[in-house]
Amino acid sequence: MDIDTLRTLVTVAAFASFVAIVVWAYSRGARKGFDEAARLPFLED
Amino acid sequence: MTASSTYSYKVVRQFAIMTVVWGIVGMLVGVFIAAQLIWPELNLAEWLSYGRLRPLHTNAVIFAFGGCALFATSYYVVQRTCHVRLFLPGLASFTFWGWQAVIVLAAVTLPLGITSGKEYAELEWPIDILITLVWVAYAVVFFGTLATRRTPHIYVANWFYGGFILTVAILHLVNSAEIPAGLWKSYSLYAGVQDAMVQWWYGHNAVGFFLTAGFLGIMYYFVPMQAERPIYSYRLSVVHFWALVFTYMWAGPHHLHYTALPDWAQSIGMLFSLILLAPSWGGMINGIMTLSGAWHKLRDDPILKFMITALSFYGMSTFEGPMMSIKTVNALSHYTDWTIGHVHSGALGWVGMISIGAIYFLIPRLFGEKQMYSKGLITAHFWIATVGIVLYIASLWIAGVMQGLMWRATNVDGTLTYSFVESVKDTYPYWSIRLLGGTLYLTGMLIMAYNVFKTVAGKKAYDAPVIAPATAHA
Repeated sequence: MDIDTLRTLVTVAAFASFVAIVVWAYSRGARKGFDEAARLPFLED
Repeated sequence: MTASSTYSYKVVRQFAIMTVVWGIVGMLVGVFIAAQLIWPELNLAEWLSYGRLRPLHTNAVIFAFGGCALFATSYYVVQRTCHVRLFLPGLASFTFWGWQAVIVLAAVTLPLGITSGKEYAELEWPIDILITLVWVAYAVVFFGTLATRRTPHIYVANWFYGGFILTVAILHLVNSAEIPAGLWKSYSLYAGVQDAMVQWWYGHNAVGFFLTAGFLGIMYYFVPMQAERPIYSYRLSVVHFWALVFTYMWAGPHHLHYTALPDWAQSIGMLFSLILLAPSWGGMINGIMTLSGAWHKLRDDPILKFMITALSFYGMSTFEGPMMSIKTVNALSHYTDWTIGHVHSGALGWVGMISIGAIYFLIPRLFGEKQMYSKGLITAHFWIATVGIVLYIASLWIAGVMQGLMWRATNVDGTLTYSFVESVKDTYPYWSIRLLGGTLYLTGMLIMAYNVFKTVAGKKAYDAPVIAPATAHA
């Protein structure tokens, strides 16, 4: 494979994974975990 | 792990105290070289000359002051949010003594003129190897603690610290690749424009990951803790992290506008620098809005004042940076004091103030105290530092724009209107104001040192008990 094709693919893959991360972060399913994680610093006993 | 065990605070205490010490040393050198620009007579000896002390200043404030703040806070945060002691505390202790050795070696070799000449990576190859060993140990301790955590989630501050540790390791290894030519001399593995691009890929990511991602780790833990409310949007913090990671890597070429670097690479650097505005401001908004509904706390909490002002400077410098990366703006700003003003808006305002706020938060907790010795002195420190920063950056903005305009001014016949030395002469008043600003900032640090001394003097070191696993609270 041509090196420039590989470079293009890596760039496109990086962009696609970023879009996927944003979609996941704004999905309903991520909310519960985020709420729990956000409280982590405040857990004391 | 029994419930009675305690967190490893010793290494946090050591790094926290040394943050204050190295802050004073690094800023004192800064004040001295600022004075040398006004009074060249102060270049008393070759090892006290501006050219040798300037890298000592940058290394001391970035890697000694900033580095110690990052070590201290990351070791504190990763334990507390993972509900487990540090992984291999002995190795953590090695990172402390190893890092101090690096700093001392820098303080000896740089004034002696031993340098590889790469900005922010001046230290010669034997010290580079020591840095690598310390950094690998740091990664083992940090990621080992994450791996042995007793919580289901990895708190977002740890993502930023982790990204910082991993990226700095890669940056250091790639940019410091060099061929030794004797014990204290080496040559870069790269040549020409490739060497310049590797250097500024390193240089800008040192800003992006050492001075930004690391200190954002501080922000994401200490701002919520001091404000006593969770981060405004955890979801935004996740997007913030990944957006920074995917974007920063590309911004380095903006340091090489109008050089031998190919035009397309310069344009990519400019484009990604402009894109960076979005995640940077997302993070700033996330931090500041954490105070939403509790703004009154800002009125009488000087530690919160430090943190929120730090975020404001973060917002300002991350607006200014993309603007300066635009080629036409850069044609005016590059090589002028505007760049120095921009860097200090980020360094004194963002990095300095968020670190100072976090250290004020940490010191009492590491010695079993409720608060610092004097709240009034923290308030005094805040205002003196803020006035100092404003004087510093405003004077260098004006100086920089003036220099840029003078250097490009031409007469009708095409000859230069001003000689270089005329621009130097006209800069003196601004350099004097900058010296005053820097001196004020240093004065604030001395007040902090007194306050820290009074807080910890005669107090016993305190190691808090490890919090029970998070599941017990569900």
